[in-house]
Amino acid sequence: MRRLGARGQSGEAVSGAAFSAATLSMGAASGAPLRLDEPLSFWGGLDPATGRIIDRWHPQLDANVAGRVLMMPAGRGSSSGSAALAEAIRIGVGPAAILLLERDPIVVVGAMAAAELYAIACPVVLARCEDWTELAAAQRLGISAEPQGARIVVMQGR
Amino acid sequence: MALELSDLDRELAGGARGGAAAFAMRLLMRLAEAVDARAFIAIEQAHVDGCLYLGQASLDFVERMTALGGKVRVPTSLNVGSLDLIHPELFRGSDEVRVNGKRLMQAHIELGCAPTFTCAPYQTAHRPRFGAQIAWGESNAIVFANSVIGARTNRYGDFIDLCCAITGRAPEYGLHLTENRFARAIVQIDAVPPGWDMERLCVAVGHFVGRRCGGLIPAIVGLPADADEDNLKALGAAAASSGAVALFHAVGLTPEAQDLKTACGGLKPKLVLRLSADDLRDAARSLSNVRDGAPLAAVTLGTPHFSMSEFARLMPLLDGPRPVVDIWINCSRATLEELRARGWEERLSSAGLTLVVDTCVYVTTLMRVGAGAVMTNSGKCAYYAPGNLGVEVAYGSLAECVASARAGKVVRL
Repeated sequence: MRRLGARGQSGEAVSGAAFSAATLSMGAASGAPLRLDEPLSFWGGLDPATGRIIDRWHPQLDANVAGRVLMMPAGRGSSSGSAALAEAIRIGVGPAAILLLERDPIVVVGAMAAAELYAIACPVVLARCEDWTELAAAQRLGISAEPQGARIVVMQGR
Repeated sequence: MALELSDLDRELAGGARGGAAAFAMRLLMRLAEAVDARAFIAIEQAHVDGCLYLGQASLDFVERMTALGGKVRVPTSLNVGSLDLIHPELFRGSDEVRVNGKRLMQAHIELGCAPTFTCAPYQTAHRPRFGAQIAWGESNAIVFANSVIGARTNRYGDFIDLCCAITGRAPEYGLHLTENRFARAIVQIDAVPPGWDMERLCVAVGHFVGRRCGGLIPAIVGLPADADEDNLKALGAAAASSGAVALFHAVGLTPEAQDLKTACGGLKPKLVLRLSADDLRDAARSLSNVRDGAPLAAVTLGTPHFSMSEFARLMPLLDGPRPVVDIWINCSRATLEELRARGWEERLSSAGLTLVVDTCVYVTTLMRVGAGAVMTNSGKCAYYAPGNLGVEVAYGSLAECVASARAGKVVRL
């Protein structure tokens, strides 16, 4: 972790903390974090028309992922998740970015397909376990995922 | 870690094998980097889970491939679509899904995929051999191929399964590699509730394993030796719904688990779970969100698609009074042909059952769901139906499902 005390790319105030991460799918985005207590299957678990979590087993049932930096430890469930994620991104109700703790191809492919077909970036990065709690506590996170690596910046304000 | 490309990989990526292959290879190369793969391997076959219409994105992707003149390079089976093309009159959904869903299925056929339209390709001529490197989509098919057959695939989701089919290549990582196929969790079944049949036991174990094993490959110890393929299919489907299970070992039953030591490959387990009779009762009970005796709207069987041996178990249960609620059974069009050849289709329809092929009642709009719950013998269907269909659900064994359809309410045997 590195203290910055500067301003983010978009001019938003940055509170100071920056975390390095690995890039799984490229792009830049920011949003308020939504930390999931359990992994979510995008197919059957997410309504791609609204971004609402509809998995009745999920502790965050009825939460909405739209525009949020979705923090989920790992992927889960149906292999149809990629298309559901791409569709939510196409409609504009997908997450702004996704932070994972385990590499998950289904999540990555959904984001990549949306980037190819619609040129909408939903960066997916692999964060570090020891940063998770601090990231989740932030009001807002800025993600910048480039080929060489990714950076997560804590921002103030909503 | 740098990605090493073969001459073929370079030709595919460079466009020498067509624009669709180049597009597919570009996505595969980015995926390979994301999963830290070092190279690509040849695959023998693919199972593509892109036929279910999930919105415009599904169609836009495959239309990109057809526009680029794509053709699959390996034998490729297709998962369920949104429509029953053999019984189109059953569809009750929107015109958007009817039109785009049909186009989506057709576009995949144009790419050279076989119109199997089943979530159980392992019950067709596309069943892979032991040790085959394959790229399969559809979570229950993936877990069956890896666990019950011993073929090797990762969880390939839609889009990427088609990219593998179009290139004949897959990133060399995960379950393609022997060292990643060993069990890291041990699930010991200590006791089975008295009177339970194998079917219920396997669904309950599967649901438990998915909920509790996280990303660890489980070795299940203590399943009875007479668990058959249908039971293991139900176990895998339940585990791949409640968790991301892509491979399980059932010690003494599945091909890479002659004994516990072989299944673990000498590695120390990271997790050991013991399953009591109460744990199993809880797992089975948690798959129902209505009480026993609750009124039923319908019964649905065949998630994953019903096999011929499952039909053989069902037929004698149909002798007796006609059900008072609809019974829907999902199966493949190949199975339907076999049912016709045996004269069973007529017997099923005269008993009031509706056969659905090419799709599945829990992924599309076929059932008229009035007042009452939907009952199923599938852990997978019980898991997803409330979210997908907005219905209440009851899980029960095959015999309980038939008895409940006769009574019009949830009956336990």
